[in-house]
Amino acid sequence: MKSILIKGGHLIDPPSRTDRPRDLLIHDNKIVELGDPGKLNATAKKEGAEVIDATGLVVAPGLVDIHVHLREPGQGHKETIESGTKAGAMGGFTALCCMPNTSPVNDSPEITRWMLSPERNAVIRVFPVAAATRGSMGEAITEYGSLKAAGAVGVSDDGKPVLQDAIMHQALIAAARAGVPMIQHAENTKITVGASMNAGARAFRLGLRGMSVEAESGIVERDIRLVRELTTSGKGPRPHLHVQHVSTAKAMEAIRHAKRAGLHVTCEVAPHHFMLTDEAVEGYNTHAKMNPPLRGEADRAAMVTALLDGTADCIATDHAPHAVHEKEQEFEKAPNGITGLETSLSLSIKMLHHQHRMPLLRLIHLMSTAPAHIMGLRGRGTLAPEAFADVVLFDPKSTWTFNARNSPSKSRNTPFDGHTLPGVVKMTISEGRIVYRS
Amino acid sequence: MPKKATAQAPQPKATTPSADGIHPGSLLSITQLSLEEVSNILALAERLAGEPQSKHATLLENRKLALLFYESSTRTRTSFELAAKSLGAMTTLVSDKSSSIEKGESLKDTGLTLRALGAECIILRHNASGSPYLLAKHTGLPVLNAGDGMHEHPSQALLDLRTILSRLGKKQAATDTTLDGITVCITGDILHSRVARSNALLLPRLGAKVILCGPQQLLPPEAVDLSTGITLERDFDKALQQSQVAMMLRIQKERLAGMQIDLADYQKQYQLNEDRYFKHAPTAVVMHPGPMIRGLEITADIADGPSSAIEEQVRNGLAIRMALLVRALNGGAA
Ligand SMILES: [Zn+2]
Repeated sequence: MKSILIKGGHLIDPPSRTDRPRDLLIHDNKIVELGDPGKLNATAKKEGAEVIDATGLVVAPGLVDIHVHLREPGQGHKETIESGTKAGAMGGFTALCCMPNTSPVNDSPEITRWMLSPERNAVIRVFPVAAATRGSMGEAITEYGSLKAAGAVGVSDDGKPVLQDAIMHQALIAAARAGVPMIQHAENTKITVGASMNAGARAFRLGLRGMSVEAESGIVERDIRLVRELTTSGKGPRPHLHVQHVSTAKAMEAIRHAKRAGLHVTCEVAPHHFMLTDEAVEGYNTHAKMNPPLRGEADRAAMVTALLDGTADCIATDHAPHAVHEKEQEFEKAPNGITGLETSLSLSIKMLHHQHRMPLLRLIHLMSTAPAHIMGLRGRGTLAPEAFADVVLFDPKSTWTFNARNSPSKSRNTPFDGHTLPGVVKMTISEGRIVYRS
Repeated sequence: MPKKATAQAPQPKATTPSADGIHPGSLLSITQLSLEEVSNILALAERLAGEPQSKHATLLENRKLALLFYESSTRTRTSFELAAKSLGAMTTLVSDKSSSIEKGESLKDTGLTLRALGAECIILRHNASGSPYLLAKHTGLPVLNAGDGMHEHPSQALLDLRTILSRLGKKQAATDTTLDGITVCITGDILHSRVARSNALLLPRLGAKVILCGPQQLLPPEAVDLSTGITLERDFDKALQQSQVAMMLRIQKERLAGMQIDLADYQKQYQLNEDRYFKHAPTAVVMHPGPMIRGLEITADIADGPSSAIEEQVRNGLAIRMALLVRALNGGAA
């Protein structure tokens, strides 16, 4: 039994709307008490607590990323659960939901349990998302109940979205029964064959096939229609659709309408989609190749607006590590995705807090409380007593220069390498253990 | 490098590569050239084409050039090869046809191997758009783009420009008014054409109007954004009526799979034949980057007729490529 007193910090806890100097006492793996500055000193002393001076720092619930790729099993050269969770800790994260496009695909309780076993050496908590269909082939849905019992917190076929209406319908019902979200990467892959960037003038000039906005919005609209049908039928539990990394204004507008109509639809936005446009592809920069692709300026701005007005529920990185040689290929051949755990907080502070005056309380909500809530991660995303002692301490005022080589991630495929960014993570505490200290 | 060659041969200048590591002697996209550089290349091509071969036969003596061809191309390959040889350079051809490209080896590694073997410049033809950027970045060598995917074919745009200038009786130089009052129509499969892109990106900068012409599926609306000075026209007759130059593109039948293109209908609407030519643009210069499919996009009588500059394009290709090779090995100066 070990106690930690975090004193002198500015505490931000979205669920209780706390945004002021408070000290925090941790005992073992739980949060015990919050108190005015100095109030907890006596208790801490009695318990022999380790004292952490958080003067000048924000103390917030550990960040939660509900969309990452940890590449294990099968692609340990890109990332392992150990290296990926270390990168997460460096970025201030204490919980990661990892996608099932591993090798083999995580479509069984055995693989889910394998990911969760202590031998993986995760330094922060991992919550697997299991495949929605067997092998993510989109043909037959998996056993959601037993996957959940094994530890899965959601179902998704990630990069291979469920296209067939009937299968998606079944998946929504089964996920609702199991009490997990059905998570969809919205892309009509039938019309994006061979496409490697956003459709439009730039793709035309670069001679690259483009993905249209409609390839994304069409699936979102279809999924919302299915959710509406199931919801209004009144039969069975209410389905929860979570849309991954929305990148287009058109899809976001469909989600906005669905929310107004009272449907249980949530969505996430990735930092690269609110930071960058397809201009970054110039020179055939494979570190700007991702799926969904970087879009035009209007779409980028729409992602910011959606985060500001609450249409976008949370920020998720889609951390997608790839080895150097895999990205050093012809643009169309290179794999999609960039790493994101190390820079997510800083990019969010830069764009949302600095440029758009979003209060940090709201930003922490988007990066911790809301994602924990979407995935049903109890006792996370909050600093309330009895919650897990998942805490991040960061300095929102100072800046740092991100050097991808220094990241514990096995990969360094990021367009933000070398960027100087605001917001320095000073310490990450996962269930009472200090897992990162800068 | 032996001493005797140094009197004449351009020496690699101590060049500072640009921030992205790309050698200044590279030509990856026509957009990277300033009009001054275009003029320099045209002037050098003019000089090389005008002097007896003996005068420049040792200009690139003992220099090593690699032709890396992932796609077959008789015309472009031979043109670069003959250009190099007529300047005295040593060339080696690495092609997928001769299976000398190691199976599964990455483009980067192939480039590094060629560099290690002494190649001082790589001429690359590849089916992936942007591949010359990858090669240039990782080898640091001058890379000449000899056609990449659906992207660009910059040496073709330069030889086309040389041809247009000589056919219109203009001097071989490029300013922003050189082609004032001239309209060039480029007709056919613009979507897949790297020749169309490079030309549409270059000619308007010299003051030309460029009309892109073709059916919707081969000419999407976003093509108009390639550059200022571009208009789209679906009606070939109307396009011709305004043009002094008619540049026809090859219909790449292999690219049409899955598209709703009726070849007979295409022929009816977009083929350049005598009837259409004499009715709408009887004095226009006729161009085609080849290889032609006679009877499809163009008829033989037009292709071989007096208005055709097609053979001249091929000849100009040699001169332009000589100039580009000299520039590449001269650290970017032509
Ligand atoms: Zn993903």
